[in-house]
Amino acid sequence: MSSSTPFQTNSKVVKWIEARLPIISTVDGALVSYPAPRNLNYWWNFGSLAGFMLVAQIVTGIVLVMHYTPHVTLAFSSVEHIMRDVNYGWLLRYAHANGASMFFVVVYIHIMRGLYYGSYKAPRELLWWLGIVIFVLMMATGFMGYVLPWGQMSFWGATVITNLFGALPLVGPDIVTWLWGGFSVDNATLNRFFSLHYLLPFVICAVVFLHLWALHTTKSSNPLGIEIKGPQDTVPFHPYYTAKDAFGLCVFLMVFAFFVFFSPNYLGHPDNYIEANPLVTPPHIVPEWYFLPFYAILRAVPDKLGGVIAMGGAILILFFMPYLDFSKVRSAKFRPIYKQAFWLFLIDAVILGVVGAKPAEGDWILIGRIASIYYFAHFLIIVPLISWYEKPLPVPDSIAKAVLGDGAKA
Amino acid sequence: MRALKIGAAALLGLGLGTGIAVASEGGHIEAQEWSFAGAFGTFDRASLQRGYQVYKEVCASCHSMKYLAYRNLQDIGFSEAEVKALAAQYEVAQIDDAGDEEMVPAKPSDHFHSPFPNDNAAKAANGGALPPDLSLLAKAREGGPDYIYSVLVGYHEAPAGFTVPEGKYYNAAFPGNVIGMPKPISDDQVTYADETPATVHQMAHDVSTFLMWAAEPKMEERKRAGVKVMGFLAILTIFSFLTYRKVRKAVHGH
Amino acid sequence: MATSSTAGHDAHGSGQATRRDFLYVATVGLGAVAVGATVWPLIDQMNPAANVLALSSTEVDLSKLAVGQSMTVKWRGKPVFVRHRTPKEIEEAEEVPMSELKDPQPDADRVKPGKAEWLVMVGVCTHLGCIPLGQQGDYDGWFCPCHGSHYDSSGRIRKGPAPLNLAVPEYQFLSDTKIKIG
Repeated sequence: MSSSTPFQTNSKVVKWIEARLPIISTVDGALVSYPAPRNLNYWWNFGSLAGFMLVAQIVTGIVLVMHYTPHVTLAFSSVEHIMRDVNYGWLLRYAHANGASMFFVVVYIHIMRGLYYGSYKAPRELLWWLGIVIFVLMMATGFMGYVLPWGQMSFWGATVITNLFGALPLVGPDIVTWLWGGFSVDNATLNRFFSLHYLLPFVICAVVFLHLWALHTTKSSNPLGIEIKGPQDTVPFHPYYTAKDAFGLCVFLMVFAFFVFFSPNYLGHPDNYIEANPLVTPPHIVPEWYFLPFYAILRAVPDKLGGVIAMGGAILILFFMPYLDFSKVRSAKFRPIYKQAFWLFLIDAVILGVVGAKPAEGDWILIGRIASIYYFAHFLIIVPLISWYEKPLPVPDSIAKAVLGDGAKA
Repeated sequence: MRALKIGAAALLGLGLGTGIAVASEGGHIEAQEWSFAGAFGTFDRASLQRGYQVYKEVCASCHSMKYLAYRNLQDIGFSEAEVKALAAQYEVAQIDDAGDEEMVPAKPSDHFHSPFPNDNAAKAANGGALPPDLSLLAKAREGGPDYIYSVLVGYHEAPAGFTVPEGKYYNAAFPGNVIGMPKPISDDQVTYADETPATVHQMAHDVSTFLMWAAEPKMEERKRAGVKVMGFLAILTIFSFLTYRKVRKAVHGH
Repeated sequence: MATSSTAGHDAHGSGQATRRDFLYVATVGLGAVAVGATVWPLIDQMNPAANVLALSSTEVDLSKLAVGQSMTVKWRGKPVFVRHRTPKEIEEAEEVPMSELKDPQPDADRVKPGKAEWLVMVGVCTHLGCIPLGQQGDYDGWFCPCHGSHYDSSGRIRKGPAPLNLAVPEYQFLSDTKIKIG
């Protein structure tokens, strides 16, 4: 089994195009002949799933905009118009709303896979950083999208999150007024959020393009965390990984469809079926589930500015991962202590998510603080210490040897 | 008979505090059996029509349902002519040729008549409490139809030591147990055309079913489509797996 | 080891190849069906929504419309001309020989039997969709100012670029003084 062969063609038409715009060979190089490590496991499916979800969100979103009205007096009822009158409107809206959750599930697994297998290490730092940029853009897009139905959670979520910027010293209040375009979240805010919610996915597309460019430059990492040494270590992307990704997509679509068709409001909040009312705050404001860990960190700090810094830091700290972890070995497969620390970190993130959903009272405050401290300790103390002291297991010489055994003709 | 059983179960549940109960910030919600539950659930048409009758004759005097149009009632089994007659019982304002507002009979395309012209009028007429719009209530409350049912049957004497403020009422299911709405339904308050005994539990059950339909009118279409989609995806998943396995054998030999 | 899918089935013999081809074709076929089923809602959502369809009939009261008067009502977002024709207009419309018409249609086909005084038609020029002006033009009917189409007192095209007569919508008399369009 050898690796890819460069793109070749006998077609005159294709040659004519290629001489002017090498688009066919580029696509071929990315999706057909791209030499992928032969040992990628199912955790590597989540990159393509994230790409699928981005496209699905853009398609359903563009279609929803054909019926949605971004005005405070009409936004809520235009969503109901979509749900009740527009042909398949219920399907499109539920697919878009649950699609956001699915997108985050997929991306969180994708990030966790990167953390487990050390995908952020040299030479893939830029690839990792671009991924975090995509993640941050996704959070901004998701947040602004949740405001658009103009329900109670939309309104109060927007109020709470924009007020975070008020914590900035000196300019805070001015920034908040500027963000709102007024003295409270109102029509101006809704309009700009709509504009940006439509724009940002295309910015995400651009960064995804860079992400893939970087990926195809450094080539995919793999569960062993050792570099590709030659053609014997790779297989062409097509048909092996196209078939595998297609299978993964089908399984994923069943999960997605289950939510859309049988439990479309499970991940939402009942209060968002009440139209926004600037005079009544719901008793218990929670963000969408995918923000809960960060929301828990925000609330764990008893100081307004401190909370905002902690929450921002919780995301930004991911940027430093390539330097905080300086172990020579990439994959947790050969790093017994790091592997345990990874699982503890995952449990900690889940605990933070649970805390974020609970009211900030009683034991939950203490649990939230401990979990938040552990979150930062993992990155700033545990990971560097492990890199220093851990004695990794022996790493195989090559992917081919590990997969095919020593007898393989390498 | 069924209504009796449900009623008895609910009473037992309330009395003994057993059964599947969902705690919602002080409220006590009884899980009911609904025809529309589950992947294959559908709305019971007779119950929907009775529920609409309860809404029309009882709830509509205070609660609007502004996202529904009379034409939507065709979905719950009323004929086109019946819907037209139902709509014509209400009046809507329109501007005549002279520029004056005139009242004309409502058409099927008109939305449900609201009892009050605006929220302030609704509050003023209800002791300062705004009767919520019911179009989406079944999706806008934790517990959905179970919650609506439980509130409607949840009017009891306040327990000893519990003070209910003047002009408010005790309710076992309502969050905080103090509700602004007086007990809205009592036995035989409406006369069902199909001669179903109009007990409080029966009416609560019917109107909760109606409100669930009102909040999610495409539920049946959604579930029907969902069963087909899941079935199709299951087959596609099997085929895509077999294809992947073939390719894997060619590449990896296993 | 095989280098590609083609080499793959050479290695396994032709029996395997047939089964694999079947699998491949079946999978891709099912996938195509899935894509098609997904695309349909995306297309159908642009068709008129339920509330738009519900507004597709309009009732018009004719009692206040005297002979020689017209009114314009909005139906499906378009103007509908309702004209109470004078005996002269009816006569002119009925006497035109079919050979003079670009889109031949007797006046009787454009009104309801016994109700020749009532002309109901969609007020949209069949050329490019402008709204013609009433009681103007060379034929005692309508004239479209956009590109100069002349319609007669039955709304039939007589001169100018428009290809067809003004359309008569589906309507019925609910009583002598009330019609329902649509």
